[in-house]
Amino acid sequence: MITVEDLHKSFNGLEVLKGVSFQVEKGEIIALIGRSGYGKSVLLKHVAGLLRPDKGRVLIDGEDISSMTGKKLEAIRRRLGFLFQSGALFDSFTVFENVAFPLREKTKLGEEEIRKKVLSLLDHVDLIGAEEKYPAELSGGMMKRVALARSLVINPEIMLFDEPTTGLDPIIACAILNLIDSLHRRFGFTGILVTHEITTVLGFVQKVAMLHEGKILTVESPEQILSSRDPIVQQFVTACENGPVRYH
Amino acid sequence: MGLFLAQAFFYASTPPLKYTYLMKQIQFIGFQSILVIFLTGAFAGMVLGLQGFYTLNRFGSTALLGPMVALTLIKEIGPVFSALMVTGRAGSAMTAEIAIMRNTEQIDALALMGLNPYRYLIVPKLLAGIISLPLLASLFNVIGIFGGYLIGGRLLGVGQGTYFGEMATYVDMQDILGGLYKSLSFGVLITWVCCYKGYYTGSGAEGVSKATTQAVVLSSVLILVWDYFMTSVMF
Repeated sequence: MITVEDLHKSFNGLEVLKGVSFQVEKGEIIALIGRSGYGKSVLLKHVAGLLRPDKGRVLIDGEDISSMTGKKLEAIRRRLGFLFQSGALFDSFTVFENVAFPLREKTKLGEEEIRKKVLSLLDHVDLIGAEEKYPAELSGGMMKRVALARSLVINPEIMLFDEPTTGLDPIIACAILNLIDSLHRRFGFTGILVTHEITTVLGFVQKVAMLHEGKILTVESPEQILSSRDPIVQQFVTACENGPVRYH
Repeated sequence: MGLFLAQAFFYASTPPLKYTYLMKQIQFIGFQSILVIFLTGAFAGMVLGLQGFYTLNRFGSTALLGPMVALTLIKEIGPVFSALMVTGRAGSAMTAEIAIMRNTEQIDALALMGLNPYRYLIVPKLLAGIISLPLLASLFNVIGIFGGYLIGGRLLGVGQGTYFGEMATYVDMQDILGGLYKSLSFGVLITWVCCYKGYYTGSGAEGVSKATTQAVVLSSVLILVWDYFMTSVMF
């Protein structure tokens, strides 16, 4: 279970998070929506322990990741998977080496077992045949799928997805989200999914949290979000330029 | 920067050591620098042979050309030039590699796998620098001494026996060890500065370019400053 309590974070005097609190129950996926550049990725990096809050804390199964260092932090991170916006693939490694890397470095599995596991996962994300390609030779969608395979290869208990569909065409974006859904059913991880594909994810997430002006405006079920009377939520869900949130 | 170096030494002195990554870095920093060290060593030695011969000729002491070339190379030119060459060739690449990894979140990805980025990125480079620099400086010295002989001996007529014989008389083990200590410390200095600048780079292409420039300039200046301090303490 993930608990975020009163999280504050500023960068160069600009307060990005102004007291964010929410909770994700074990096995559920929560979609985190909100405007671009307003702190969703920052929030996700706090949950992963990559950033330290100015105030507040993030608890993973009751343990405060924000104050952890060294081996304790490394140990809790081994339970996490993180799908970066950019994929963050190691560009000097092939697709196969990228996916195999966590297994080679963190487990005692033999090379044959690693090969089987990696190929099975690559099959799952429809990338058989691309094992020997380097990240520079992949399309955006392929990169995301490799990154997804790499983050899932060690069967993480918690998955954090940072805009997994950014920059992809609608068909590939939908395929990636469906893939996340099917992998969630298979592996049963707890997840936070930062996304703008609201209508697509509403089908498989358990809750939706909206981050607005540095705070969680609402945490509701997908049905409640769709029928919300809050004008800000409504504007966001209907993707309308006119409303209380102004584009500047 | 001090904390960065202390952490790097801490992880270098505690297992596990990533031998594959270390070997790759020795190959990159050391082996791939051999050609540039060979060329600069040869020409530095040839210039020393030429200049040394004409200067010593004024005092009628051309017999001391061998020791002059050897001592200049072993104590100063060898360690300093090889360090500057490695900074230009490998140091800048080190900074750019780490900076790009930082900007494309590859370092965050490593950390999120529960793996320590220092062990994979910094420690192998630091140890490879410590191992490679003294070897490269030694190669530079040997090539330079022969370069000096090519000009002083073959071209300008100083005898082989005189050139190498006087060298054996005047160059002692302390001179050689002093040069090795210098290049060893330059190995630490180059990898420390270049890795630090890459690890804490600014964002985007401009950030990487600035980090690389700063790494090369700072390393080069620090090599010369540190060389002065070491010379004043050791010799």
